[in-house]
Amino acid sequence: MKWAKVAVFVLCLAPLAWLLWGFFHDELGANPVEYITHSTGDWTMRFLLLTLTITPLRKVSNQQYLIRFRRMLGLYAFFYGCLHFTTYLWLDQSLDLASMSKDIVKRPFITAGFAAFITLVPLAVTSTKKMIARLGGKRWQMLHRLIYFSAAAGVVHYWWLVKSDIRKPLMYGTILAVLLTLRFFKLPAIIPGRASVPNRATR
Amino acid sequence: MSEKIPYSQITPKRLYMSRRELLAGIPLALASSQAFAGTKLEGVKKSPYTVDEKITPYEITSKYNNYYEFGTSKDQPAKLAQKFKTSPWMVSVEGEVAKKTKYSIDDIMKLAPLEERVYRHRCVEAWSIVVPWIGYSLSEIIKRAEPGPKAKYVAFETYYNLEQMPESRFSGLQLPYVEGLRMDEAMHPLALLCVGMYGESLPNQDGAPVRLIVPWKYGYKSIKSIVKIKLVEKQPPCTWNLMQPAEYGFYSNVNPDVDHPRWSQGTERRLGDLQKRKTLMFNGYGNEVASLYAGMNLRKNY
Repeated sequence: MKWAKVAVFVLCLAPLAWLLWGFFHDELGANPVEYITHSTGDWTMRFLLLTLTITPLRKVSNQQYLIRFRRMLGLYAFFYGCLHFTTYLWLDQSLDLASMSKDIVKRPFITAGFAAFITLVPLAVTSTKKMIARLGGKRWQMLHRLIYFSAAAGVVHYWWLVKSDIRKPLMYGTILAVLLTLRFFKLPAIIPGRASVPNRATR
Repeated sequence: MSEKIPYSQITPKRLYMSRRELLAGIPLALASSQAFAGTKLEGVKKSPYTVDEKITPYEITSKYNNYYEFGTSKDQPAKLAQKFKTSPWMVSVEGEVAKKTKYSIDDIMKLAPLEERVYRHRCVEAWSIVVPWIGYSLSEIIKRAEPGPKAKYVAFETYYNLEQMPESRFSGLQLPYVEGLRMDEAMHPLALLCVGMYGESLPNQDGAPVRLIVPWKYGYKSIKSIVKIKLVEKQPPCTWNLMQPAEYGFYSNVNPDVDHPRWSQGTERRLGDLQKRKTLMFNGYGNEVASLYAGMNLRKNY
């Protein structure tokens, strides 16, 4: 288990490693800044969807240990979100906070993206075992349902950005819709599991 | 105004040479029937319409393209337009003219002396490049057709064929791509009928074999792979304007004070730079073209 976690942890760093290598070897195309912005945004979205996949997948497959990857994937979504936001603030807004605030208020697609990002902050802060205990499982779970909002705002952010070809935001939106819809149903376990696996983590 | 820059310096030597080798490897028969793109153009003279700014590397201009008929991501056209057939090619000049004419691409190449002009090129997406284009003023081809009194606008049309452009089905655009200029804009000497760049004929992904360059307007006004130039009485439709009229106006002059509804037009990123720079009114061509819009509300006529 421990090694599986280490492996997933390292694997999740691969997109960042590629960006760094590509940047210094001039492999990110004609507009590296745009490449980095799009890539970090894409990976934020992908990690959000992966995080949301854990619970239904765990129920269907009866592999309870999957829950142990959920926090890591969620934190990676936040991590790539931070990189995405930093790229925007530094290379698009030249670290000008006043100009950034104006941009957030004025442009709906930036507003949506910023909302998606800000929502992840309390989730990252309360991701520790200590915080779960302090908040209590129920309240913690309520708070962490904000990820649904964050992921939806992320899709809207992307949708409003594209000029005419909506295939990619449509794909993310569809996957998100499926993942959220699954939560309304009691999912049958397709693989019958060992009945008595202790479920230590919260749902 | 500008010193002569050898093309081997504009493009990294390694890449430049490998392109040559690639061309040399194509059998001659195939080259003459398909590969019109990328042939060296002879007898090109320097034009005074040249900005004194660092020229964007060929590798960027030829690999970072908005050409939705060949895919909506920037790197797709360079790959997917390779087999695009640009020969034979005809351009029809028609509409409110005394002399309707159909030109072959060979006629177009010889219609007027070819000039090299280094222009700034500003995309509506807030990136820009500096390109040594080759061609001559659009007015050359228009005046030969002898426009009549009803010719108030010029409408342009891009070649369209789903078989040659299968990716175009995902473009989200109504095709063929169309664009238009007011007559005085079209007759302005800066408006360039362009057949080449960086000393060579245009690569397919940059709009081969013949395109428009209107340097004081956003890039999408500079329509690619033109097959029709029609003089008309009423303001003609424009593809991006049809798609999203609130975002893309008929005029589409570069204007840092009028933002795109979704992003600022006050700054731009020159490809190759990390930080952005300020966008210039009329993309820096105000001295030449501002008079065309005297008395017009540019916020309304965006």
